[in-house]
Amino acid sequence: MKVLVAVKRVIDYNVKIRVKADHSDVDLTNVKMAMNPFCEIAVEEAVRLKERGIATEIVAVTVGPKAAQEQLRTALALGADRAIHVTTDERVESLAVAKLLKQVVDAEQPGLVILGKQAIDTDNNQTGQMLAALTGMGQGTFASKVDVKEGTVDVTREIDGGLQTVALTLPAVVTTDLRLNEPRYAKLPDIMKAKKKPLETKTPEELGVDIAPRTAQLKVETPAERKGGIKVGSVDELVDKLKNEAKVL
Amino acid sequence: MSILVLAEHHDGQLAGATAHVVAAAKAIGGDIDVLVAGENVAAVAESAAKLDGVSRVRVADAAVYAHQLAEPLADLLATFADDYSHVLAAASTTGKNVLPRLAALKDVAALSDILSVESADTFKRPIYAGNAIATVQSADPLKVITVRTTAFDAVGETGSATIEAVDGAIDNSLSAFVDEQLEQSERPELGAARVVISGGRGMGNGENFQLLEGIADKLGAAIGASRAAVDAGFVPNDMQVGQTGKIVAPELYIAVGISGAIQHLAGMKDSKVIVAINKDEEAPIFQVADYGLVGDLFEVLPELESKL
Ligand SMILES: Cc1cc2nc3c(=O)[nH]c(=O)nc-3n(C[C@H](O)[C@H](O)[C@H](O)COP(=O)(O)OP(=O)(O)OC[C@H]3O[C@@H](n4cnc5c(N)ncnc54)[C@H](O)[C@@H]3O)c2cc1C
Ligand SMILES: Nc1ncnc2c1ncn2[C@@H]1O[C@H](COP(=O)(O)O)[C@@H](O)[C@H]1O
Repeated sequence: MKVLVAVKRVIDYNVKIRVKADHSDVDLTNVKMAMNPFCEIAVEEAVRLKERGIATEIVAVTVGPKAAQEQLRTALALGADRAIHVTTDERVESLAVAKLLKQVVDAEQPGLVILGKQAIDTDNNQTGQMLAALTGMGQGTFASKVDVKEGTVDVTREIDGGLQTVALTLPAVVTTDLRLNEPRYAKLPDIMKAKKKPLETKTPEELGVDIAPRTAQLKVETPAERKGGIKVGSVDELVDKLKNEAKVL
Repeated sequence: MSILVLAEHHDGQLAGATAHVVAAAKAIGGDIDVLVAGENVAAVAESAAKLDGVSRVRVADAAVYAHQLAEPLADLLATFADDYSHVLAAASTTGKNVLPRLAALKDVAALSDILSVESADTFKRPIYAGNAIATVQSADPLKVITVRTTAFDAVGETGSATIEAVDGAIDNSLSAFVDEQLEQSERPELGAARVVISGGRGMGNGENFQLLEGIADKLGAAIGASRAAVDAGFVPNDMQVGQTGKIVAPELYIAVGISGAIQHLAGMKDSKVIVAINKDEEAPIFQVADYGLVGDLFEVLPELESKL
């Protein structure tokens, strides 16, 4: 079975972001970028499926600027066999990403598509669900366990009240939650080998997808900062403050 | 304008979240319908009909909607989404699962987790784990939106909407429910509790969460956790507060043995009063805490319980 994995280049999760002075967006100049953490989990899951003999080939896909090739190379170093880079410098909304991925799915015919549950820049949590809709596949979102069977996959999902397991007809879309697995690090020899693995580039035009945004980002602001409070010296003082100052007890 | 709200319900009861989503719908303005989809949901529909501002409750009661699977629900919503200018749901795991699927079926963008309604087509929403707030305007004819329930005060329950059945069955060959492990708790729901007390890696193990329980009992609090505590297996996943867990905004949030990573802060920094208990006086959690107590939680918690 072929597995397709979508990876996104985003700001590193440790970086404290700054909003641009003109409030047009977040400032990404000279900021450390990385693979979206949920996408790392998606790649790891695909690699484990291959190690277990379930996946036969792993294709990593990204949509983004030239620099996003770095994240594809990371995926290749981690175990993907080849990569597809849909190149664009535009802001691509989840719907357009899903449409581009649908074109790739149609061409590649994977048995399983794995995405992250959310990109930590937009915090959208949409693309996997949208891709599933566009391709007419079932969706196992927020997965903490993926169990591929004959023609179906059982996906255990992290839902508000606990866990839910669904069985999906293959091909299907899975989006990863944090506890699905713990991603490995790429080893140096693998990083070297990844440089020689095939990486194909395509444009949205070649894929016949209109990526014009449907929403306009009018303004980006820093949220109201919380004023730092005080340190209390004892439990008694804490209880007193909560009762008589904050009045929450 | 006419707005459809997808009702959130569990165990045959309307979830509190829906009253907050209806509040967001009221802020947009227009006729408000609520869709209740599920199996044996008559009681849910009755409760939804009482929500202020709702004119009609549409009920799709069939086995295929049990467990709220995304595939049939999105198909159902898509059959009558054209009657509406907006479709809203809570930014719960159900809302987040279903609404983007609907949006793609209707070829429109989805807006996740809105915090405010600026106008019928313009909304604020958090990005980068809430470290920035974007104002976004949708150009689509249909707006598909999930709502951060803590950002809207619930509407009252003095309404009397009409209830009507939706007919036409949807079938689903893509997905099937297998099973569910739901955490049972006598405590209030995390998202709705007036007080939340959360433990982090500093709790050391799952048993030690009992130290929080005594306090939670006294305060009528819900118990939450950091990701590190969930990952370490101290407590189940549904207790995680943060960017990728639950978003809470109680009157009082008590963080115990939690360092205060931005991903955790994203889930609780809109709480009215924040208390942090941590033995490391440099822990970043103190930067957002109204009251910080530097100390060993194993000494502080029993004392706190006895003094409440
Ligand atoms: C993509 C992504 C998403 C994430 N989403 C979330 C999320 O939704 N929610 C979340 O919480 N995290 C999330 N995280 C993880 C986050 O970055 C932190 O790793 C996590 O919040 C740390 O949890 P913690 O504070 O419990 O543990 P630590 O950072 O290890 O802190 C433990 C604290 O306990 C204190 N302590 C230890 N012993 C004691 C004692 N005896 N008495 C008092 N204090 C003590 C220590 O001083 C320390 O400050 C996410 C990370 C990523 C990459
Ligand atoms: N530009 C992109 N390129 C490749 N994959 C993406 C892109 N944007 C989103 N995705 C995938 O969709 C997941 C969820 O993203 P989102 O729905 O945008 O929060 C990510 O974890 C990726 O797997």
